[in-house]
Amino acid sequence: MNVLEWSFVAAVLMAATPVLLAALGGALCAQAGVFNIALEGQMLWGAFAAVVGSHYSGSAWVGVLIALVSTAAFSAILAVGSARWAADPIIVAIGVNLLAVGLTGFGIRVLFDVSGTFSPPDLQGLHRMTFLDGVPVVGDVLARQSPLVPLAIVLALALAYWLSRSATGLRLRGVGEHPEAAGSLGVDVTAYRTTVVLAAGALCGLAGAQLALGNVTVFTENMTAGRGWIAVAAVMLAASRPAWVLVACVGFGAAEAFGFRLQGVGAPQQLADAAPYIVTLLVLVATRLRWLRRTREVAV
Amino acid sequence: MTTPAVELVGIGKRFGAVVANDGVDLTLRRGSVHAVMGENGAGKSTLMSILYGLYRPDTGHILRDGRRVEFASPLDAIAERLGMVHQHFKLFDSMTVAENVVLGQEPRRSGRLRRSLLDRAAASARVTELAGRYGLAVDPGARVGTLPAGARQRVEILKALHREAEVLILDEPTAVLTPGEVRSLFAVIRRAADDGATVVLVTHKIHEVLDVSDEVTVLRDGVVTAHVRTADTTAAALVTAMTGRDVVPAQNTGRGEPGEPVLEVEHLAVSDGERTLVGDVSLTVRRGEIVGIAGVSGNGQHDLVATLLGTHRAAAGSIRIAGVDVTDASVRERRALGVAAIPEDRRGEGTAITMSVAENLALGHHRTPPIGASSGRRRGLLSGRAMRARAQELIADFDIRTASEQLPVGSLSGGNAQKLVVARELAHEAPLLIAEQPTQGVDIGAIEAIHRRLIGYRDDGHGVLLVSHEISELLALADRILVMLGGRVVAEFARSDATPENIGAAMSGADQAVRA
Repeated sequence: MNVLEWSFVAAVLMAATPVLLAALGGALCAQAGVFNIALEGQMLWGAFAAVVGSHYSGSAWVGVLIALVSTAAFSAILAVGSARWAADPIIVAIGVNLLAVGLTGFGIRVLFDVSGTFSPPDLQGLHRMTFLDGVPVVGDVLARQSPLVPLAIVLALALAYWLSRSATGLRLRGVGEHPEAAGSLGVDVTAYRTTVVLAAGALCGLAGAQLALGNVTVFTENMTAGRGWIAVAAVMLAASRPAWVLVACVGFGAAEAFGFRLQGVGAPQQLADAAPYIVTLLVLVATRLRWLRRTREVAV
Repeated sequence: MTTPAVELVGIGKRFGAVVANDGVDLTLRRGSVHAVMGENGAGKSTLMSILYGLYRPDTGHILRDGRRVEFASPLDAIAERLGMVHQHFKLFDSMTVAENVVLGQEPRRSGRLRRSLLDRAAASARVTELAGRYGLAVDPGARVGTLPAGARQRVEILKALHREAEVLILDEPTAVLTPGEVRSLFAVIRRAADDGATVVLVTHKIHEVLDVSDEVTVLRDGVVTAHVRTADTTAAALVTAMTGRDVVPAQNTGRGEPGEPVLEVEHLAVSDGERTLVGDVSLTVRRGEIVGIAGVSGNGQHDLVATLLGTHRAAAGSIRIAGVDVTDASVRERRALGVAAIPEDRRGEGTAITMSVAENLALGHHRTPPIGASSGRRRGLLSGRAMRARAQELIADFDIRTASEQLPVGSLSGGNAQKLVVARELAHEAPLLIAEQPTQGVDIGAIEAIHRRLIGYRDDGHGVLLVSHEISELLALADRILVMLGGRVVAEFARSDATPENIGAAMSGADQAVRA
């Protein structure tokens, strides 16, 4: 493969990473029986917090840390609302998504007196892994990326291992599959659910940080642009299994990167922008059809 | 005399105005099997929930080995070496047997880093060891969702044994088992008791109590009406203690010549796209006969019924109702031709539990006068007055115990909700009635009432197809009995030839194995 094609792989991974980080959070929640559709709003909050943190501290890593911690705190709305007070997680999550759009838009007006886009020239983005320059293949794919890109892949594999092999992972799956049974065995269902929703918040914070300080170095109102919803689709497609979430997200990343390439050869920008969403729709329809065919006779 | 393993002393519990338990004493001796009997609503479940820490008693207390204990949750009960096997299993279908057994108290790998990892080999070994000790046949690596009910129940028992339970509470353990599975369960229970365990068997089936228990406590309306050694009592005495009266079981005492066929099924096959659910079934039901279908749950009976009613589609073969081919007809067309149905799933399919008794009794009658109007000015409107009048009539006729026809069906006991379903379906006067598990989970009084109604319906010249997992029910009611196994009809018995043994053998396929 020549350099041009490795750069395509790099573009795929870059596009996939924010979606992957958020989707891993969503998958954890789904494994614990919480259908988390607040990924979009939480990722947007993460992007905002990362830019604010980086701007005031002058360090991208402080921005990442602030994104991680504050998005976990932001997800307490969903954690407390659904896990502790037994509210419908869908309703709470819709509220969280709307709140995030409003809060972040309001935030950049109040803090920086701008609307739409906040991109000061001195805003620190995440460092590229330039030390990999010259390493064959690995360097071609990762040297221009932030460290969060390989971290996301490692996290996906680690979560897959943890879920299937650890005692706590087993209990988490139990909580998701049959909460009453898990409770009767002394597993604290509320504590498990609260913890994973907060952890999903932290992962969405990382996703937002990668989006606003890794892929680009700017905060734009509503900059997540549906990536959180694609993450929800990836969770469903992968049946909440982290390793398959990784595969699904790389697929979406490829669609997005391919869209960029289409622009390069003169396709209209709108078509290119729509590519990942079209792929998502097609894949969801395809899996649903397969599922329907398999269960048609039984599920009357 | 040694100290009993557990003593419940003067237990009382009220839910609002309802007294569930009133001064109940229960003494459980080590190494014995103690049956707790009673009709639905007699207070057995409440008492067991208190024993297992799910409810706290209003009055009275619990002694464990003579020590006074307080159970704030099942975890406290588990810590005191109590284990409970619920009627509705609490299992994780996607996990293996070993994972189900150890979840919550998992063996871990050794080493500082690996300590958080599950030791699968040790979990399997533990299951194998416990299974061997008590004679519980299971494969530790099997997915629980793929196992039959009997094996799932063994997993529940293993869960309790893994937690070192010394007192094992089994809530209606035989409701979902085949006769063979019941025998092996009883063998396990005896073995555990002989080994020093204390077993509590909650049931309303008298022959089980007589078969396996050492002592019996009978509850009625929340109070103890009998506490005897099993050896000193009789079935009749237990029934009287449970019901407060003498109950004579309904019995089909023969019939006249059956009339013309109301249901003709020829070479019917049903599949889910991959597996064959029903294969090449042919049967006929005539006016004036009850045709029984026996079989272990999950051998195609439900799929057969769903296909006859039109909710599943037939892959091959034909169905005629009252002489008309309905193979491709809709549910509504079939009902209009003359089929009524008592579904297996009372809460899910048989009733709308949040709707009132009157509304539930009107379901299916809502398009025909007097409740609905099929034409004219009032078409599409219901008559509330007719609904209430019909409801009051059926409530009185079928002895449905409810304070008012306006209460939601969810407030009725299982037996009364089932009587409601039976009343509604019989009111159609349809030539064909399909009854699936019509007495599942209802008490002796309601069983007897429903059985008499079904026999009466037959005597009035209707045809009945009766699907049941209870051989005794089929023997009491059916004129002919077909046995289904693996989606096929594998045997047919005339009433005079049928015995629990030959039906049971056909259900398990044992008779075929012998022939082959």
